[in-house]
Amino acid sequence: MKAPERYYDFQKDISGCGVFGVINTKRELIPGSMPIQAMCTMHDRGNGLGGGFAAYGIYPDHADKYAFHIMCETQEGLDSAEELIKKFFVIHESQPIPTKPTLAIKNPPIVWRFFLSAKQGGDRPKWRTNDEKDYVVNVIMHINKKTPAFVFSSGKNMGAFKGVGFPEDIAEFFRLDEYQGYIWTGHNRFPTNTPGWWGGAHPFTLLDWSIVHNGEISSYGINRRYLCEHDYECTLMTDTEVVAYEIDMLIRKHGLSLRMASWVFAPPFWDEIDRMPEEQRKAFEALRMVYGPALLNGPFAILVSDGTCLMGLNDRIKLRPLIVAESGSNVFMSSEESSIRDVCRELDTVWAPKAGEPVIVKLED
Amino acid sequence: MLLDADNVYYRELNQQIRELVAKGETEFEIVNVRGQRYIADGLDGDLKFLIHGVPGQDMAAFMRGPTIRVEGNVQDGVANTMDEGLIIINGMAGDVVGYAMRGGKVLIKGDVGYRVGIHMKAYKEKFPVLVIGGKAGDFLGEYMAGGAIILLGMITGKPDAPICGRSMGTGMHGGVIYVRGEIPAEQLGPNLKVEPVDAEDMKLITENLEQFCREFGVDLKAVLTEPFQRVKPFSHRPYGNLYVAC
Repeated sequence: MKAPERYYDFQKDISGCGVFGVINTKRELIPGSMPIQAMCTMHDRGNGLGGGFAAYGIYPDHADKYAFHIMCETQEGLDSAEELIKKFFVIHESQPIPTKPTLAIKNPPIVWRFFLSAKQGGDRPKWRTNDEKDYVVNVIMHINKKTPAFVFSSGKNMGAFKGVGFPEDIAEFFRLDEYQGYIWTGHNRFPTNTPGWWGGAHPFTLLDWSIVHNGEISSYGINRRYLCEHDYECTLMTDTEVVAYEIDMLIRKHGLSLRMASWVFAPPFWDEIDRMPEEQRKAFEALRMVYGPALLNGPFAILVSDGTCLMGLNDRIKLRPLIVAESGSNVFMSSEESSIRDVCRELDTVWAPKAGEPVIVKLED
Repeated sequence: MLLDADNVYYRELNQQIRELVAKGETEFEIVNVRGQRYIADGLDGDLKFLIHGVPGQDMAAFMRGPTIRVEGNVQDGVANTMDEGLIIINGMAGDVVGYAMRGGKVLIKGDVGYRVGIHMKAYKEKFPVLVIGGKAGDFLGEYMAGGAIILLGMITGKPDAPICGRSMGTGMHGGVIYVRGEIPAEQLGPNLKVEPVDAEDMKLITENLEQFCREFGVDLKAVLTEPFQRVKPFSHRPYGNLYVAC
């Protein structure tokens, strides 16, 4: 095989995704302009095929309602989703998500939001016996599967905003500079194995959980099948979706701590387990055996939040960068230190966490 | 020549530098650097750079000759396939520093990330050297074929971490890693031998440490209080039979 003529002249995008997160541990509100600016610094980590943000504390007036963000190509599709929502929820408010025409954002879907409370019961026996959060998760899975619409955010007092475009364009489209939150995550996408489409942009969310991810979940197939056995159905055609559902399952359903869930995602190597004291060794062996299909294989740097904390985690051999920095009550996590310095010149501490060891920053209250 | 990189896109900054170099400018001080990639990449000759801020990915890749001093931390991929020159980092460094580096020297005051010095190589008069004042992540010197890494573990933000991460020197078949103090056995890759250094090693170590201590204002005597260990592949061709049927 011969290389093409003048192959060295080809323009090539060399990149990976970029993630940024910030938490104010005292719940002081951070304007959207900060995460937007930080993502701008990492513009070249993406290629315009996906950008998004998650923000916590943005809907204080509806803090007790589920804020559903829904996207759909057509009005009919949205109507069919609304039919289902009416059936299972009380709609308190229904409105388009405020957007503005943005030159770089072409053919956006209809984006709509509902503030909802659950109508317990419904018409399915299983939905009557499960608790409210299960009920909400079930309805989300149902809408995503049965209608052309997608619920892309479903937590309380939080929201995800995402789509096809660079993060700064998505931010402009969703007018994110008008929001304020105490936790923000942002993502710049460089899709590798899956299509760059609106539903496949990050963050991925479920209830209050949101996740942004730089990397590639090679174990997507086995994770997806494992989740399917537990009533989580992947519909968004992107690997990171499994992490959002696994987190919900491990922590909310199975009662694991975030630290334990990190050991499921990025367990110690067997030789490290062999060197542990017996009780610890047995616990880790059990964790690996029970949750083998939930292990995340492949490179990742993920930022996870549920509105009470921000967690950063790398795969166990650190195939993607992650930097953590503190300044007063703000803690930043990012793919690049420069993005943090761009929004906060003076930092108290800066470090690169160890591979496979989560950095979990909780709110003070 | 003073350049302000505040909100300047990396392409513009690098273009500006190249145009100035073409006009004969040899000394640069660049302020407000935040994430601009590819600074000084492929530049040739006796140039000097003083950088304030955090330069972006792949600084000094393929560089041949210039001296760069960074007042701040650096990100990933510094000195990628660097050929000649000197980089002084007054801070910490990210992942894959000195990847496939084939000559020149990188002095880093603090900690470094993962996969540092992998694929380093030496040929004839080319002998790359990496001095790390802090601790290193996993895979230090992986597949190393030549040159030297000197790891001190002293100036670190990770007091509880071992001096180097897992799988140090995995697949190493040339070159040498010098480590100050003890090396945890479980962190070492296979097919390596760890020995105390000899007089010749100490000559190379001291020469480089003198420069390191001068640049960062560190007391050389304090650095030399601990003995150094030498990590080398156990034979000339430890993987010579890897693909041979037997």
